[in-house]
Amino acid sequence: MSQIPALIPTSLLLASLVALLVGLKSHRAAHLIALAGAVFAFVCSILGLQAVIQGDGEAIRYAMGAWVPPIGIEFVLDSLAAYMVTLITFIGVMVLIYAPRSLALETPGRQGMVYPSMTLVLAGLVGMCLTGDVFNLYVFLEIAALAAYALLAIGDRGAPVATLRYLLFGAVGGGFYLLGVAYLYFAAGTVNMADLSMRLPELMESRAVIVAAVLMVVGLGVKMALFPFHLWLPDVYTNAPSVSAGLIAPIMTKVSAYAIIRLFLDVFPPGFFTESLPIATTIGWVSAAGILFGSVLAVAQHDYRRMLAYSSVGQLGYIGLGIGLANPLGMIGGLLHILNHALMKGLLFMIGGAVRLRFGTTKIPEYVGVGRAMPWTMVAFTVGVLAMVGIPPTAGFFSKWYLLLGAADAGAWIWFAVIIASSLLSAIYFFRVVEMIYRDPETDSAVADHEPREAGEAPASMFWPITIMATAVMAVGIFNVLIVSALLERVVAPLGG
Amino acid sequence: MMDLLLDNRALVAILVSALAAVAVALTGERRRNLRESWTVLAALAKFGIVFSMVPGVLAGERYEVNLLQISPGLELALKVDPAGILFALSASFLWILTSFYAFGYMRGGGEHKQTRFFAWLAVCLSATIGICFSANLLTFVLFYEILSVATYPLVIHAGSEKAYRIGRQYLVYAITAGIALVAGTVLIQNAAGTLDFVAGGFLEAEMGTGLLWAVFVCFFIGFGVKAGVMPIHSWLPNAMIAPTPVSALLHAVAVVKAGVFGFVRLVGYTFGPDLMGAIGAAAVLAVFAGGTILLASFIALTKDDLKARLAYSTVGHLSYIVLGVALLAPQAMLGAAFHMVTHAAMKITLFFCAGAIYIHTGKKKVSQLDGIGHQMPLTLTAFGVGAVGLAGVPLVGGFISKWYLAAGAIDAGALIFLGVLLVSGILNAAYLLPIVTRAFFRRSPDHVKLDEASALMTVPIALTMVLSIMLGVFPDAIFRFFSLSEAIVASVTGVTFGAMP
Repeated sequence: MSQIPALIPTSLLLASLVALLVGLKSHRAAHLIALAGAVFAFVCSILGLQAVIQGDGEAIRYAMGAWVPPIGIEFVLDSLAAYMVTLITFIGVMVLIYAPRSLALETPGRQGMVYPSMTLVLAGLVGMCLTGDVFNLYVFLEIAALAAYALLAIGDRGAPVATLRYLLFGAVGGGFYLLGVAYLYFAAGTVNMADLSMRLPELMESRAVIVAAVLMVVGLGVKMALFPFHLWLPDVYTNAPSVSAGLIAPIMTKVSAYAIIRLFLDVFPPGFFTESLPIATTIGWVSAAGILFGSVLAVAQHDYRRMLAYSSVGQLGYIGLGIGLANPLGMIGGLLHILNHALMKGLLFMIGGAVRLRFGTTKIPEYVGVGRAMPWTMVAFTVGVLAMVGIPPTAGFFSKWYLLLGAADAGAWIWFAVIIASSLLSAIYFFRVVEMIYRDPETDSAVADHEPREAGEAPASMFWPITIMATAVMAVGIFNVLIVSALLERVVAPLGG
Repeated sequence: MMDLLLDNRALVAILVSALAAVAVALTGERRRNLRESWTVLAALAKFGIVFSMVPGVLAGERYEVNLLQISPGLELALKVDPAGILFALSASFLWILTSFYAFGYMRGGGEHKQTRFFAWLAVCLSATIGICFSANLLTFVLFYEILSVATYPLVIHAGSEKAYRIGRQYLVYAITAGIALVAGTVLIQNAAGTLDFVAGGFLEAEMGTGLLWAVFVCFFIGFGVKAGVMPIHSWLPNAMIAPTPVSALLHAVAVVKAGVFGFVRLVGYTFGPDLMGAIGAAAVLAVFAGGTILLASFIALTKDDLKARLAYSTVGHLSYIVLGVALLAPQAMLGAAFHMVTHAAMKITLFFCAGAIYIHTGKKKVSQLDGIGHQMPLTLTAFGVGAVGLAGVPLVGGFISKWYLAAGAIDAGALIFLGVLLVSGILNAAYLLPIVTRAFFRRSPDHVKLDEASALMTVPIALTMVLSIMLGVFPDAIFRFFSLSEAIVASVTGVTFGAMP
């Protein structure tokens, strides 16, 4: 049991390596190896999650090579890490099951490279969540980022340029973060999170620590695509293959948000992000701006993927608002939205890929008749839309519910209004698509003619992940209290009752 | 097993039509008789379950079901009380009649996508009964939002550009209302720490007038949209583009009454009449309702399209109920509660008639109805009964509810609202009765032969007509609607009226 924190990233790294070698010969074998690695990591995550819950939130620690910290590298599985890695590996398994048919259409001949990159992204992301020191977090951050650049650049014609822009932003973000780590090391003499949390309370006045905090948060903010650092995101998601977008959009930016939350709650002393420095409030305000900006621009989009991308800019703002509120209810809302948005956005990107496979289009005005051709997929789509708008009892309602409770508790009425307004905007841009898919192509004169490539539902390898994700969106909503009381209430304990 | 079902009757009453919706969707158009039988079975079962709880509720029993926590400390919970069961009983009974009527209407008109239609209609009924039996605001919001969404496919049923445009308008209104409701609920949860409905209200004046007003404004938008309170009513007349059974059941009984019912829960069970009066919100609500009654009646006069005229009449009559609640006088509240039922019976009769005329003769406009009473005497007689009932003529249900509304206005010392009620009564007669006289006393070569619509439509019409009269002559017969109304007033205000004649 105590090896679990190390098993999760190493199994994925190993799978990535083997898949790379095998992928040169056969992309099918590479797929199976990648999937096996992801499933193994997911099972380990579930076991770890169970152990953490049964241990009342007690962290499971593992020192790499038996070198104890602060000399060695430490992996720590606590409530927050268990929550994140379970989510990441779950999405990983779903997207890997979904991938082959979609990749065969969108990136023919290059699949052999995709599977190792996907597992490498997953390895980097779970590593970020599990690592016990701030420097290794940077290492895993860059592993995930480099693999992600590869995954995103193989998309449509605009993908390489869009990804280069992402790379530049990512390099700057990573650089800021690393610089912050360096300052922290100079000031406190350690990069281990547990040690830092012991030493930093005495150093709260230190200029170096203040600079370090600002640099690290700004760096992660760029990685998280926090407004106004979101500029790289829409082009990247629009041009990426559905599989890459389906993997990266749900979890990549969230893990940077996780890192900010980890620094806020567990590394820096209580009150450092709120009272000493106005970091949380600043994140809240830029997030509020991002919510409005992303939602308004999403309304203007005609490409399904671009609409989802701008919607992501807005939705990331919800997580930022949770950080900004800095009270237990708000933070629970933000954390829950990490999970909810991952499920919803993953679902919607996967559906976009399924429609592209059958109808050969990603333009919303050409979605007419999809509802008749792919009825069950579109039921799943409707569930995703209701969740994005925040209709109960879907998952999306409850993150907004906790955020609104948090905003009311903090008296943050402008943020309260922003959440309300953005719900309305997302209703406008999402129901537009719903209306389109349920139009009848035979009786509808306003529609340009186009024939589906193949009639019928998506193939089983795409259909079932979509169905499972849609079910999860409902289930997480209805049973959210289980997650909140078993995990999230423990996570937000440093914020006080 | 049987005990389990009996103990959880409130839940079963909600789920039975949701199950029917699934069965309807899976059965499909090719086996339409089987499909229709799911609807009938669910409607009968739902009514039977609700009806079986009436004696218990009148005896003071409250059937409760706690499902699961959906937010720490907040349960998804059901509780059957007089107000809930009054609404549930009328909606579920009228669903039976509407089902048969809809079979006749949809087949007679050769409508497309009938499976989708009946499935979503069943979902709407589930949500409506859920609203009736919600024990707290969060559960209420949940079902209210489901109802909003489930009505959308019915509004755009026609599939025309116009229908989609109206569907968009409907959604913007409904989603705005839903969000306003969520905001108000959050404010209450934050201030009071509880969301459970309590007869007589659970908010306290100590929460501060500013906050209470903010809550009131949120709920005014949230409920006012569905209840068609002006100036946020305009989706309602447009939504008449839906097939007539939808207009009849949802836009005269279930959906719009859900908004009105929300005001009942707001005034009677959340704020409480005393607090509503103390902060002055009741007066504001009454002014909006009174204005709506008059304006809607005037607009109805100008409409030549029969369904549009009925739609504005509905807007006006919904505000009768809102006004009755807002006056805070026990008698007015009694009238309001009873008007929920009588208006449902009378208005559904009128819509049924309008639909029968349209499907059978293709006529939609009032000016085309000369002499139609000679062709469809039963239909137009029923229309006449509904019309005089809405105008408040004795022996039809509308008289009794209006009587108590008027008595309540006098009690409350709000004579201006007594004037509103009287003027609108006259206006009601002015926009409805000419249709009847035109149908019977004018002649037209189009309508000479006796030729009624199919029995699937005429029998429900006759039954709702009988129900309207029964409510006027024996208001407490069979369904115990009047006793239930009295029980509502007794639990909210503590005032009892004693036995009714």
